[in-house]
Amino acid sequence: MSGARIPWLYAFVLGYLIFLYAPIVLLPLFAFNNSTTIAFPLQGFTFRWFTELTRVPALHEAVKNSLFVAVVTAISATILGICAARASTRYRFPVQGGIMGLIMLPLVLPEIIVAMSLLVVLLRLGINLGLWTVILGHVLICTPFCVAILSSAFRNLDRSLEEAAFDLGESRWSTFRLITLPLVLPGVISSLLISFTISLDEFIIAFFLSGAETTLPVYIFSQFRFPARLPVVMALGTILLVLSLLLLSVAEYFRRRGLRQTGAGDSGGFL
Amino acid sequence: MADTSAGERASRRREAVRGFSLVSPPLLYALLLLAAPLSAVVVISFWTQDYLTLTPGFTLDNYEQALTRPVFQTLLSRSLGVALLVTAVTVVLAFPVAYYVSFHVRPERKALWIFLITIPFWTSYLLRVFLWRVILGYNGVLNTGLLGIGVIDEPLTFLLYNVNAVIITLAHAWAPFAILPIFVALEKIDRSLLEASHDLGESRVRTFLRVTLPLAMPGVVAAVLIVFIPTIGDYVTPSLVGGSSGQLIANMIQVQFLRLNNAPLGAALAVTTMLIVGAMSVLFLLFTRRYLRGQQ
Amino acid sequence: MSDTIISLRSISKRYGAVLALDDVSAEIVRGEFFSLLGPSGCGKTTLLRAIAGFEEPDAGVLQIDGQNMAEVPANRRPTNMVFQSYAIFPHLSVGENVAFGLRRRGLSRAETARKVGAALEMVGLAGLEARASHALSGGQRQRGALARALILEPKVLLLDEPLSALDKKMRNQMQEELRRLQRHGGITFILRTHDQEEALIMSDRIAVMFDGRIAQIATPQTLYRRPSTRRVADFIGSMNFVPARVVSEQGAAYELEVTGFGRAPISHEQAPEGVSGRNGVVGIRPETLTILFGAEAAGPHVVTGVVDDLVYYGDMTYYDVRLPGHEEALRISMRNTAGRRVLERGAEARVAWSPETFVYFP
Repeated sequence: MSGARIPWLYAFVLGYLIFLYAPIVLLPLFAFNNSTTIAFPLQGFTFRWFTELTRVPALHEAVKNSLFVAVVTAISATILGICAARASTRYRFPVQGGIMGLIMLPLVLPEIIVAMSLLVVLLRLGINLGLWTVILGHVLICTPFCVAILSSAFRNLDRSLEEAAFDLGESRWSTFRLITLPLVLPGVISSLLISFTISLDEFIIAFFLSGAETTLPVYIFSQFRFPARLPVVMALGTILLVLSLLLLSVAEYFRRRGLRQTGAGDSGGFL
Repeated sequence: MADTSAGERASRRREAVRGFSLVSPPLLYALLLLAAPLSAVVVISFWTQDYLTLTPGFTLDNYEQALTRPVFQTLLSRSLGVALLVTAVTVVLAFPVAYYVSFHVRPERKALWIFLITIPFWTSYLLRVFLWRVILGYNGVLNTGLLGIGVIDEPLTFLLYNVNAVIITLAHAWAPFAILPIFVALEKIDRSLLEASHDLGESRVRTFLRVTLPLAMPGVVAAVLIVFIPTIGDYVTPSLVGGSSGQLIANMIQVQFLRLNNAPLGAALAVTTMLIVGAMSVLFLLFTRRYLRGQQ
Repeated sequence: MSDTIISLRSISKRYGAVLALDDVSAEIVRGEFFSLLGPSGCGKTTLLRAIAGFEEPDAGVLQIDGQNMAEVPANRRPTNMVFQSYAIFPHLSVGENVAFGLRRRGLSRAETARKVGAALEMVGLAGLEARASHALSGGQRQRGALARALILEPKVLLLDEPLSALDKKMRNQMQEELRRLQRHGGITFILRTHDQEEALIMSDRIAVMFDGRIAQIATPQTLYRRPSTRRVADFIGSMNFVPARVVSEQGAAYELEVTGFGRAPISHEQAPEGVSGRNGVVGIRPETLTILFGAEAAGPHVVTGVVDDLVYYGDMTYYDVRLPGHEEALRISMRNTAGRRVLERGAEARVAWSPETFVYFP
């Protein structure tokens, strides 16, 4: 079957893609637009919004904070994800469904609920808000994504490979190190990249739990109030767009390599 | 003959212990930072607050307010309405796309298409919402474009800072979360079933209605829930493009917690919202149960 | 000590309501090719995995080379397994796969390389050390898995349906090769298979399993000629079952009245389950019956029937012959030797039979 067979379907899909990409395309357009207002018609090409980016200390601080939060979150969430994914794909234990349900719950819970409930508890416990409290929240919402990615990696792993290593004299731990880990490594890498990206982009939890510190999305949100700052935000967004595309391509590459290695078929996509 | 022998119980126990010890770090984390705070919110929703002092106790006042004060009623019903509409629009628009990729794209190019569909959603959520403001605004892309080609004489004002803008933006934001589950469900359909239906004399359209659609239902159900539940709690979109008439319940929850310092009322609003969402989801699942039976 | 390498005593294993192994006992002799044969779900998988150490029996004693294996995990057992899926590590090269188990032996690099080379040569993969394992064909994976297990010189090699994924030609080739490797190395092989032909071809002895129990352990010939139960007789090869009645017992023999055949004397060994109840069936292999084409000298045991149906296989013809007084047609196989005719449907067939090949089941 080909697209030509149902032309209206093909037309619809094209229209839908335009809808999906419309906002994204505007980003670089206004980032290079030589005007302080974000509106058409365009006023000519400039690099000045990018050079201006280098002169904002608050932004540099926010980028540093965000990178720190995202790195710590990615590592922690992936480690927790490995534990949960391994346990649920390899072992049967009581109330497994309930336990996994709780761990995966943030996936469907509105972020504002997560943020608010954490805020209430942290304030009552007298814990000072800061980057570490943001990390606590981010690990919570990233772990389900890691579990989902890693579960499919662990499930694609033929169990007899581990049995074979054990049978050939390796211990439980060295089997995990020599066989299991290398084979799920692509999954681990894409789990790291995805949770890094989610954390880097997350706004609500950071907004509520960051206290006096600022992460990148919180900084961007604060800039929306100042129309004059918007072209700089566009430039920043363009850089972020390119970076996340790079990260995603790397993640996708590792995911596919993982599928090839374990000999599984490609079902496409991250989720 | 005993049902379980001692040896079998021992090996089951060993497996359970291994599973438990492995799952315990993420479990403890979720208990401490998810279950405990959520329980705290439920508990606090029964407390009272005077200015800055939170008084433990048990009162249903907060719930009474949440359900009877007109402002909350308006916000709750508007949030539900928006969420339902966003869900319907998103899923209805997503289905043909998922169908196209699953049935009309060559197998080796499917992964690329899915990648293409998911790319826009890995750019900053805030910026995406903001860019919709740029598109829909008074001097926005849409208005200048339509003015330019002469379709309209004056900029359209119903686009931004109201519920319409919220719905468009959210339908965009949740697109991949609707497309992916439907795509996965469509991919699982054994193509020979469709050939069998043709063979038994059904037309292409009837085959779609009698075979494809019912078999894709698990994906549609998943898409509906994945879009509906978080949409109710969305905060960024209404605050950026909603204007005063497009505010939703999440904005009110935030206001109660942070600005008015009325955590108990905010908690009661949050719990009420979640209960309504939970009840609607369960009803929806019961309603669609017959499509899900006997399928993975 | 006798030359027992593996001793199983009253091994039981249960999964929920299913009794996978029910009081299994057996002695496996050092250096023999031993097969576990049975339909799926008969417990042979569980038994093989219990020997390997992947399943722990709920009850019973498992000894390998005189040592109790109760507390010994799979990685400390003197057994190695060739997995059904081959379990070739996809991220390692062929050489690294084969050398995998040597890591803990503390060999020098050169010694490891020499051993890997020898092992690969032994299985016919010489020179493929550097090949990526996912570039191997099914048959090559199989050989790689074999080399990887044999390089450790295990006391027992466990083969888990190793040939089921191969096509018929490759399977026959590997069957021969496995036999050669086993005779050559003197290692005890235990093969799990559901394919009775494969078990007959390859094994020194076969254990036939049904419902978690061992029904019979015997050499292929004994198993074929003297199945110990009707179920074994039915599972191995094809067999006609003809109603029969014990009419008298005289010293070391019985006399039977076999429907369609008449009186037939059999020895005690031909009634492995005794003669309780006097009414039973006689099992007759298709190839022990002979259709006479006129010229041959007729022995004392000849009956006449009618060809009901026939299937022509080229080298063989299978006849269904109906005997007077017997409802079901008898299956008779005849080799199509030079000049031998093929009878037509409805033709009269004189059938010579030999009571010493009969087996009686009550």
